[in-house]
Amino acid sequence: MIIKRGIGVNIGIAIGKVFIIRDDNVVIEKRNLPKEKIKEEINRYKMALSKTKEEIDIIKAQVLEALGKQHAKLIDAHSMILKDPLITKEVINLISTQMCNAEYALSIKIEETIKKFDKINDTFFTEKKNEIIDVSRRIIFNLINVSRSFLKETKEPIIIVANNIYPSELLNIRKYPNVLAFCINLGSKTSHTALFAQNMGIPAVVGLGDITKIVKDGDSIIVNGEEGSVIISPTDEIIDVYKKKKEQLHKNELYLSKIKKLPTITRDNKKINLMINLDSQDNLGDCSSLNSDGIGLFRTEFLYLNRDNIPSEEEQTDVYRKVLNSVGDLPVIIRTADIGADKVSNIGIKDVGKETNPFMGFRGIRLFLRYPQLLKSQIKAIYRASQRSNARIMIPMVTSVDEIIQVRNIIEDIKKELVEQNIQFNQDIPLGIMVEIPSSAIIIDYILDYVDFISVGTNDLIQYLLAVDRVNQYVSNMYDPFHPAVLRILNLIFQSAHKKGKKVSVCGEMACDYLGSMALIALGVDSMSVPLKMFLKVKQHIRNLNYEKLLSISTKILNADNSTAIIEILQNELANHGN
Amino acid sequence: MIRKEIVVINEQGLHARPCGMLSNLAMRFESEIKIIKDGYEVNAKSVMGLLTLAASKGSKIILIANGRDEKEATWEIEKLFESKFDEE
Repeated sequence: MIIKRGIGVNIGIAIGKVFIIRDDNVVIEKRNLPKEKIKEEINRYKMALSKTKEEIDIIKAQVLEALGKQHAKLIDAHSMILKDPLITKEVINLISTQMCNAEYALSIKIEETIKKFDKINDTFFTEKKNEIIDVSRRIIFNLINVSRSFLKETKEPIIIVANNIYPSELLNIRKYPNVLAFCINLGSKTSHTALFAQNMGIPAVVGLGDITKIVKDGDSIIVNGEEGSVIISPTDEIIDVYKKKKEQLHKNELYLSKIKKLPTITRDNKKINLMINLDSQDNLGDCSSLNSDGIGLFRTEFLYLNRDNIPSEEEQTDVYRKVLNSVGDLPVIIRTADIGADKVSNIGIKDVGKETNPFMGFRGIRLFLRYPQLLKSQIKAIYRASQRSNARIMIPMVTSVDEIIQVRNIIEDIKKELVEQNIQFNQDIPLGIMVEIPSSAIIIDYILDYVDFISVGTNDLIQYLLAVDRVNQYVSNMYDPFHPAVLRILNLIFQSAHKKGKKVSVCGEMACDYLGSMALIALGVDSMSVPLKMFLKVKQHIRNLNYEKLLSISTKILNADNSTAIIEILQNELANHGN
Repeated sequence: MIRKEIVVINEQGLHARPCGMLSNLAMRFESEIKIIKDGYEVNAKSVMGLLTLAASKGSKIILIANGRDEKEATWEIEKLFESKFDEE
């Protein structure tokens, strides 16, 4: 039995047999051809190219439909590679001069290019390399007439193990319900394989390094998407343990699906607004089925990642419109992108080099006010997308009133432009800020005069307030949502907002925590926003709470001088709620 | 044959999108079009070739066009570099 750790992608456990997809399943040998056969060989190659083009066009249409624009763009790159003279001309020249077979000539040319790419030390080129390999594999498969539907042979449930799964193969895999999970050598949480596994709703572990070398076809394997681990050739006892875990997960899911339609109310019928955090446009369908109170945080960073240009106003308008339409009249709080300069340095903005402390550096509204065209295109797109919907705009990393005034001025300019361009738009989109830097919390009463709502990002607020980096193993244990300073600052924010008649929400992880959400409700939060996958758990938790009782402990938790005491008060309360 | 020296002035240099635009433009011409950087020569119609130049902002490249429509080709390609590949 061997245990390997990688990056888990989707919660869930799969138990099955290994099915390896090998990269090197075609051996290409040089065949020398007589002169009279060369013309025929070139024709054979041209036929393979046109067949590959057809395939890529079909895949593009399918990807667009199944996975959306972001993925389809990748296929555009494939079309581009396919019409490259390196492939359309140089390979043909090589067939004539070397008097050899097409697959050999192609593999020589591809190898040459890849070697050049390998010399450039940039992750961008690694990705490009994979695209080139994917296209050349397609051409070669068409030349030797191998059917690529490699999964047809197998009917029993399998777990796919591969070095990497190419985008074109992912669609093929989709057709086979007997694929239970993926284990991949390469990849990260945002790689195509990871997104695809989420889309299919099956667990996957990526970034495993050398899993293809460790397993054989038919080996038993357990994939644990939550922990990001795989167990190869597990003992019978271990299999039993995981079967039970799997059943438990399944039971929980069933239970949670029962409360999907129910409202988020406490035992004593107090409605708590519970919203969803989203960081892409991928799971919109799921949001509408959960009976939520809207999207409390729509992160827009994904629009800027993995690309080499700035998302256009049109592209953004499309995305925002889609998100707004998906929830009808419910509010959607769109946060302008909180990215660092490193994310835009390749798209026309001066590279600031490596920041020693990007966490406190040039990011969020700081970057967007320095390059107002970035902010303008986002806000204008939101205005254009929100004619008849409930959009709200939220600004990240705000530290002062002055920043909000600058944003408001930009919004006024945009409105004038829209009027001039005769574009219909919603006149009154509420503007809010993310309260995550202690300075903005301390002057929150001033800030509230300039905004329509506020949302507290507890993760960053706690880190900045306690000067604790959560990913630093030596101090991460000091990250403490129940530190009296945290509760005090939250109380200050909530009270100030209510005094000015404004709403305050919380969109950090504290809202997902059993005791954390209790503390927030006790202190008077108006709404909470949690990640999609936590939504039903939090809803269930709230449905077990007693609102009046929680309010009665607020003074107690505010008067305790250490977090252990605060946690104890909350735990006692949690234990009593059953009664 | 026309030979022109060009300086890459767009911020991102010859990254994926500019390479795609340049090779698409070059493909519209019949002439043979080459780009040379530091003595290393690639076919301007090849997006993969252009990428391997890894030409960043400030790089000096040499454009060579040879064929019936070499004038138009040189003119259009120069314009594309000057337009900074529509960055923004």
